[in-house]
Amino acid sequence: MKKLFVVLLALIAVAASPVKQGFEVGDTATDFKLKNVDGKTVSLADYKDAKGYIVIFDCNTCPYSKAYNQRIIDLNTKYAASGVPVIAINANDPNVSSGDSFEEMVKLAKQKGYKFPYLVDETQEVAKAYGATNTPHVFVLSKDLKVTYIGAIDDNSRKADAVSKRYVEDAVDALLQGKAAPTTKTKAIGCGIKWKSA
Amino acid sequence: MKFIRISVVLFVFALPASAQRIPQIKLKELQQLLTTPREKVQVINFWATWCAPCVKELPLFEKLKADNQHVEITLVSMDYDLDPDPAKVERFATRKNLQNKVLILAETDPNSWIDKVDKNWSGALPATIVINTKTGKRKLVQKELHEGDLEKLITEVSN
Repeated sequence: MKKLFVVLLALIAVAASPVKQGFEVGDTATDFKLKNVDGKTVSLADYKDAKGYIVIFDCNTCPYSKAYNQRIIDLNTKYAASGVPVIAINANDPNVSSGDSFEEMVKLAKQKGYKFPYLVDETQEVAKAYGATNTPHVFVLSKDLKVTYIGAIDDNSRKADAVSKRYVEDAVDALLQGKAAPTTKTKAIGCGIKWKSA
Repeated sequence: MKFIRISVVLFVFALPASAQRIPQIKLKELQQLLTTPREKVQVINFWATWCAPCVKELPLFEKLKADNQHVEITLVSMDYDLDPDPAKVERFATRKNLQNKVLILAETDPNSWIDKVDKNWSGALPATIVINTKTGKRKLVQKELHEGDLEKLITEVSN
């Protein structure tokens, strides 16, 4: 009886503790199943030979996403062949930001010639699970989905040629060498993800 | 002749006011705004001209200024990170006839200073800090505000 009481108390304590939102570096991220701009469903598990992943919460409309668009394409060009592809996810609610509708995503991916998936997170559950807040917001994952880096692509949003710290490249290079990322977490000014109104 | 003179005067008055000059500040001044004890509750809004939800919520701060003499409002533009030319912000403030104090935070490398503004801030815009500098009690909101939100936050830090 006493035992049962203790178990009950423990259960209440667990239920009452606030649910932690988002992954930290070192956590194991969850896989997802999201619709790509080509209409097919994509999961991280589809990449059988991947050595890691560059998951980027991005969108069509944010000026920061636009400033980083070519740099995101370049990241995929540089690392997909080594087994670390870019997986872009748009979680913006198109009712808040009409330029982020699925049709507009299809257009942008075509116009920019994306060689990587650009997925729609319609329910925003993936963005919430990861703890994404901004666009673009990067999560570098190892092949077994350990989070090795969270944050910005680099330290200069305005000018790609004036960058001095390439956070994501450094993290992926380290991953490929079996080392820890030199910088594991950064913050950047950016557009907040356009959440659905509750 | 008199008619011409009056026309000239009218013409001059009809010209749009030249864009207001907006002071550029450094992190240290922003930190002082957050820490120097003052009588009035400080409402500090981080926004940018390119940020649609920020622009949408700006009237709430203008209304607050008109309604509540017991708070001090500062609109801190984050435009500098993408565009260091203050002209866009100055034109915007003039066009919208902003009555609140507007400042531009002129700092690069946000990763080095976002935590120093508020360690819970992701860096996403819009963001608003409501702070009672006498007690240090503060509230950070990292999303678009709606009617009544600011009043609630002010009450919360005042008690």
